[in-house]
Amino acid sequence: MSIQTDEPVRLAGEPAPPPPTPKQRRAARIADEASGGLLAVVLKLVLLGVVDAIAVYGVLVLATHEQWLVTGVVVAVTALVNWIYFSRKRLPAKYLTPGVIFLVVFQVFVLVYTFYIGLTNYGTGHNGSKEQAVSSLMASSLERVEDSPTYPVTVVDRAGELGLLVTNPETGDAYVGTSEQPLEQVDADFDGDRAVAVEGWTSLQFADVLNRTEEITALAVPYSENPNDGAIQTPDGQSGYRYVSTLEYDEAAGTMTDTSTGVVYSDTGVGAFTAEDGSQLLPGWQIVVGFDNFVRAVTDERLAGPLVYVTLWTFAFAILSVATTFFLGLFLAIVFNDLRMRGRKIYRVLMILPYAIPSFLSALVWAGMFNRSFGFFNQVLFGGAEIPWLTDPVLAKVAILIVNLWLGFPYMFLVCTGALQSIPDELQEAARVDGARPWAIFRHIKLPLLLVSVAPLLISSFAFNFNNFNIIYMLTNGGPRDSDAPIPVGHTDILISMVYKVAFTGQTRDYGLASAYSIIIFVVVAIIAILAFRRTKSLEELN
Amino acid sequence: MKVTKSQGLLTAGATLALATLTLTGCAAGDASGGTEESASTSTLTVWVDSERVDALEGAAASYEEKTGVDVKLVGKDVSTIKDDFIQQAPTGKGPDVVMGAHDWLGELSTNGVVAPLELGDTAGDYLDVAINAATYDGTVYMLPYAVENIAVIRNTALVPEAATSFDDMIAKGTAAGLEQPFVVEQGAEGNPYHLYPFQTAFGAPVFGSDENGYNADDLQIGNAGGEAFATWLGTQGKNGTGAFNTDIDGDIAKDSFLTGKSAFWLTGPWNVGAAVDAGLDIAIDPVPSPTGEVASPFAGVKGFFVSAESENKVAANDFLVNYLGTEDVQLALFEAGNILPALSAAAETASSDPIIAGFATVGADAVPMPAIPAMGAVWQYWGIAEAEIINGADPVATWQKLTSDVAAAIAG
Repeated sequence: MSIQTDEPVRLAGEPAPPPPTPKQRRAARIADEASGGLLAVVLKLVLLGVVDAIAVYGVLVLATHEQWLVTGVVVAVTALVNWIYFSRKRLPAKYLTPGVIFLVVFQVFVLVYTFYIGLTNYGTGHNGSKEQAVSSLMASSLERVEDSPTYPVTVVDRAGELGLLVTNPETGDAYVGTSEQPLEQVDADFDGDRAVAVEGWTSLQFADVLNRTEEITALAVPYSENPNDGAIQTPDGQSGYRYVSTLEYDEAAGTMTDTSTGVVYSDTGVGAFTAEDGSQLLPGWQIVVGFDNFVRAVTDERLAGPLVYVTLWTFAFAILSVATTFFLGLFLAIVFNDLRMRGRKIYRVLMILPYAIPSFLSALVWAGMFNRSFGFFNQVLFGGAEIPWLTDPVLAKVAILIVNLWLGFPYMFLVCTGALQSIPDELQEAARVDGARPWAIFRHIKLPLLLVSVAPLLISSFAFNFNNFNIIYMLTNGGPRDSDAPIPVGHTDILISMVYKVAFTGQTRDYGLASAYSIIIFVVVAIIAILAFRRTKSLEELN
Repeated sequence: MKVTKSQGLLTAGATLALATLTLTGCAAGDASGGTEESASTSTLTVWVDSERVDALEGAAASYEEKTGVDVKLVGKDVSTIKDDFIQQAPTGKGPDVVMGAHDWLGELSTNGVVAPLELGDTAGDYLDVAINAATYDGTVYMLPYAVENIAVIRNTALVPEAATSFDDMIAKGTAAGLEQPFVVEQGAEGNPYHLYPFQTAFGAPVFGSDENGYNADDLQIGNAGGEAFATWLGTQGKNGTGAFNTDIDGDIAKDSFLTGKSAFWLTGPWNVGAAVDAGLDIAIDPVPSPTGEVASPFAGVKGFFVSAESENKVAANDFLVNYLGTEDVQLALFEAGNILPALSAAAETASSDPIIAGFATVGADAVPMPAIPAMGAVWQYWGIAEAEIINGADPVATWQKLTSDVAAAIAG
């Protein structure tokens, strides 16, 4: 390889060129400013302008939604960015700022928010606020009075107070009432069978009804002085129905009473109205439960058995995946790096193909090929043998490793090819001159140098595979199921897919528990990664 | 970088210009947004399965014309619509109306995101199974628009006559020279939805029911009928006739029927299109019973829910009950999806098509799929147990374990 520079090659003894005249120097400076200097300034301004424009837009949107905290953060960060890039010093900050911002937004924030969710009871039945739970409970506790007819109603207004003009379809009489005043018979104007207007009240048109939806939805006109007769409500502004409520909410005491059984449900601080016998009224609401989810995550008895072998398999899966992909990738990289190999470029392109196909797709195709009765492997390669690739606990693990090898080796191949090419040939030649055999050259020279640049990637690859949910979910969905386990866990489930099954079973979504598990897994992976990075530091001393 | 004086001025000028541009741009955008809002009185946001947006556009436009309410249809991916709705409704940013399936009701109602819907006197205009499915814990929450159930699709070129019983079906198919006369999709984890008709034929529903719908405390799956079903399933599995095979997934079953390797295919209306496109002559038969009792499949009912956090409940109720509940709209939706309308009058019109009529006949015996949260516990263990029985595990013992696992999971 030759080294090229812009300096013209000057032979020894050739006279040095004359120093530039002042005119030439001035011209050079102008040219310099016109090209690099000015262009850079304009580019900087445009980029900062774009950033500021996005920030201003963001602030306006956030302000209309009254998200003041986020607005403040955006303003502060934008100001900081402008200050850093308009200042003439702060060179390190100029390099670090974009990375730090993206780190905070995409990593730190996500982590902190996941941790926060882990501290709450967010999940099925604890989805919204207490007010929402109360209004939802009250709405669903309405029961239509048996055999009551549909009452044609007209929404009427008197000095801002809404009332219902109700026609009794059986007698044809008209009644009017408000939420305070039970129905009273009145003389009204009829349009067909429906009373449409009454003296002293203004009838609302449909558009007015829509504008006052909230008041009308809340409007319940008592049918009579007796509360057991129920109240008339209109869901659509045209037809009224008579309901009785089976729940009563006492706002002062914060309790719900079931009027049919007399059971009192009170807010006991668990995020739902709870009776003395422990039964709950759902929906409840979202509260912060502290470290309950974390305690539950590590003390769940149902997990005690499966957790051990799932953890072992997770480590085995991650380590074996990294090892197999790395060694196959390395082997191919060495082979295709050999100058004697013909058509290297074509092979290299072909090698990248698995990398270019979406892994979801590959996993599904592989699942089909592994099918016991109809799959490609058994039908074509094994002559119709019924090998239970995906339904035998051991073979399913092998199948997953094979598929992950296929998916992962192109990445290692790319990385190793690059790293190999950066190892100077002189080292190899020197070793050969000293009489080293090819294996010794590889073992003692190439591999250690390779590991300097590749080791961090191996660690990140391990972390990736530790949480490689996609391949497990798509290929076996954790199966074959361990039918002895009390939770629906399978023999190929890794930690993250087991967590998914535990936190999201059937119709139950327990986001709090899932977040707590995610944080625990994150901590495990982080510790392993930190330890491994410490170890690789020693490799760097090779250089 | 070195900045000269002239460049400093330039910088300032450019910044000013940019700032002015951005500010005016935003101000203009803001102003137009404001006027838009005050112009229309109210907007109904409706989340719709993206394949059915076109079918609803006519209804939305004519409702808008009649009432002045702007109906905004938002096409959503079916697989994410439920979770998105549950997450967004409490923030107040969710839709007013959402399209979905009745078996979401347990989850939606436990999360308090749906509002009760009063069908009033129109309740009687719908198919019974649709109203039953729309009712959860005694309260109606959904405006039904379609009823879906599985049935047996028969290749009439291979077997011209309908089968009278399960054994008759296998016999007729075998007589036609087929190795695998009947296919149904299973998979490594089983598929209880498609096996349920056979289970009901043995008299073993999952839950008993009362006037409020399914009762989670009355687990029926493990009764004597259930064990009889398990025994029968074992005889039809890997070590028996091989009628059921867990290696046959949806794609393999489809391929087997479309290429004429199988004459009977237990599946739903969603696969009829593929069979017709393949040029096959098909007929829709009831599920052939292994016992002589009626084999009732699950019915899935599709419909519309009103959000509990909607600020336009009056318009939403009016739009659903008085508008989407009409025959014209139900027929328009039928044409988009080719599944039986839930409104009786529309169902009758649609049944002029023999295929729809075939599914409707089977649907008359169908039972709504339970929407109660306890059903989640059943799904977890059910398919696996059936797959094990098909693959030769001891039927009765496996079935008993299934029952005890489910009971334990429901008890929590």
